[in-house]
Amino acid sequence: MKTKRKAREYTVAAALTKGDWATKLSAIVMGLGCMLHKQVVKGLLIFGVEIAYILFMVNTGIGCLADLPGLGDKGQEKVWNEAKQIYEYTAGDNSLLMLLYGVAVLFVTAAFIVFWVIQMRQAIYLQMRQAEGKHINNFREDLKSLGNEKVQIPLMSLPMVGILGFTVVPLVFMISMAFTSYSKEGDHLTLFDWVGFQNFVRVLNLNGNIGRQFWSVLGWTICWAFFATFLNYIMGMILAMIINRKDTHWKGFWRFCFVLSIAVPQFVSLMIMHIMLQPQGAVNVILQSLGWIKSPIPFMTDAMWCRVTIIIINLWVGIPYTMLQVTGILQNIPAELYEAAKMDGAGPVTIFRKITLPYMLFVTTPYLITSFTGNINNFNVIYLLSGGGPTHVGDTAGKTDILVTWLYKLTVDNQYYNIGAVIGIFTFIILSIVALVTYHRSGSYKNEEEFM
Amino acid sequence: MKNTKRTIVNIIVHAFLAVLAFIWLLPIVWVVLTSFRGEKGSYVNSFFPKTYTLDNYIRLFTNRNVLNFPQMFANTLFIAVCTCIISTFFVLSIAFCMSRLRFAFRKTYMNMAMILTLFPGFMSMVAVYYILKALGLSEGSMIRVALILVYSAGSGLAFYIAKGFFDTIPKSIDEAAIIDGATRWQIFTKVTMPLSKPIIIYTVLTSFIGPWVDFIFAKVICRANAQYYTVAIGLWNMLQKEYIHQWYTCFAAGAVVISIPIAALFMFMQRYYVEGMSGAVKG
Repeated sequence: MKTKRKAREYTVAAALTKGDWATKLSAIVMGLGCMLHKQVVKGLLIFGVEIAYILFMVNTGIGCLADLPGLGDKGQEKVWNEAKQIYEYTAGDNSLLMLLYGVAVLFVTAAFIVFWVIQMRQAIYLQMRQAEGKHINNFREDLKSLGNEKVQIPLMSLPMVGILGFTVVPLVFMISMAFTSYSKEGDHLTLFDWVGFQNFVRVLNLNGNIGRQFWSVLGWTICWAFFATFLNYIMGMILAMIINRKDTHWKGFWRFCFVLSIAVPQFVSLMIMHIMLQPQGAVNVILQSLGWIKSPIPFMTDAMWCRVTIIIINLWVGIPYTMLQVTGILQNIPAELYEAAKMDGAGPVTIFRKITLPYMLFVTTPYLITSFTGNINNFNVIYLLSGGGPTHVGDTAGKTDILVTWLYKLTVDNQYYNIGAVIGIFTFIILSIVALVTYHRSGSYKNEEEFM
Repeated sequence: MKNTKRTIVNIIVHAFLAVLAFIWLLPIVWVVLTSFRGEKGSYVNSFFPKTYTLDNYIRLFTNRNVLNFPQMFANTLFIAVCTCIISTFFVLSIAFCMSRLRFAFRKTYMNMAMILTLFPGFMSMVAVYYILKALGLSEGSMIRVALILVYSAGSGLAFYIAKGFFDTIPKSIDEAAIIDGATRWQIFTKVTMPLSKPIIIYTVLTSFIGPWVDFIFAKVICRANAQYYTVAIGLWNMLQKEYIHQWYTCFAAGAVVISIPIAALFMFMQRYYVEGMSGAVKG
């Protein structure tokens, strides 16, 4: 409650209306409010930040921002150099760098505005405290508070810089690419322009080549995520129950066998699977030498076989994980429930359907959601197993490509950056719908402080 | 009558588990066998090798001309150690702030983190590459720094498990420490950390394993600079068309060499993960 009242009183609006001349002038000469209210060092530091920002904007910032709407139009040119008697190439505009710097300057400016708001609030806060005759921290006390009630500032600033620089800025940069013509198509790799929603229309349009691929990839992505999540979940649970059964011997040994397959790095085991399932790979060799099949099974070359194979291999990858996750929870199901059901003459299938499954679904919904979104983003399994193939001639997406592997192929292999960015945005939209709807309902979000 | 039925069910269950365990262990056994195989080449017509040899391992560690495995190993180790230090610090400090402190920005940060983790990680990969290039980190030995940054910079978003653990430490412990005159910083270092051994070990190990098993970012950032390759790209390369015939059995050897320590770490970590899940103060 206390922080809320504070936030309501010390706003920028209050600073501009109720502030004295020093507070009001802080809007232009930042830090003045601090300087005239006993916080000289802090005020000077704030003023220094303002000077640095202005110098930066005058030197480079404004130029970068001015480039942003047009993204440059000067191509590389050949110029005859009289003195050296050779042709020289002038560097043309590079739209990508202009976009990157433009986005970066926008972020610096946004950070500066936040900083401005904070110092305005600080100014009115100091003014009011002084008017009330309360103690005002000097610089040393301020520094000390960084180790105590404001310890979140030193603890969180470095991680936040990392997140801003390597997650947020790149994301905004990529999202803005979705609205440009940055692509190998039409040779727009150095010079490109804003094109509005054209790329989105292209991706959604069922009649175009890209649009047709998008809908088929989207269908397979959802189908894959559904099967991968629920088959793994049910089968992993059954496996855990079989191992947990009272009469099963060597429980530890069985668990060890399955956990061993998780412990091997995933990319290693997937590459091994990829090799084993080739036409002359180990699986076909064994089956042929046993005489069960005459010609090799086209695990990776036939679209239908490939899809089924991937889902099955994913069972190999995923079942041990589920087993680990649910073993503890299964043991928590009240034993009376089972006894009562047995008294009423329920068989093992009915018990599973009516008791175990509802209980588990109730407890593990958050786990199911994370694994569903994880599967939509499951790059490794698809890329390392099938590489997205088999691929039609002329298509960029293969028959087993999901959205993220297609995104990778579009950007890294084909350099269709704008279409790739659109695919990324759509992936995000799908994931956020799934996550937001369910996350806010989950108990762990609502009752955060239940155990404290 | 009832006993015989029970015995039959038990036999069926154990046979079923044995078959499953066989399926799950088959690929692993096959790699181990292949790593000792004397015959070259990727495709063979028998499951068991005809001749056994240690040459694949020897070649993996001595042949430095084509694919320099020892160098890759050293690269990955260096990157993994640095990443591990930075991201453990990031994860623990963010988790501490989110769990033990209350300030205006907290809920905003948690919602923002949730939204950001929904974007496919490498969607921004191309952009990250250009940012690294603009910072001058995309050439020469700076590639190592670039990889460390890429692996650790975003780790402040992955605080949920550690936060869940810190949430189980009773608040009264903090309050008692504050009454005794401890600052928040002292609570972090002297109260919360000593109580959190399982989750610290878990965080250290997960962030250490990360660089060993990622190959997408490494591939995009290293490109053709073979002397900065990590183990994952090296192994991946051994299976490409131009190398597979010569290097296939070495790939198996490399896979075994990498998997053993990672599997050991994983098994070790598993214990702490389970402990971490069950909370700090047992009741």
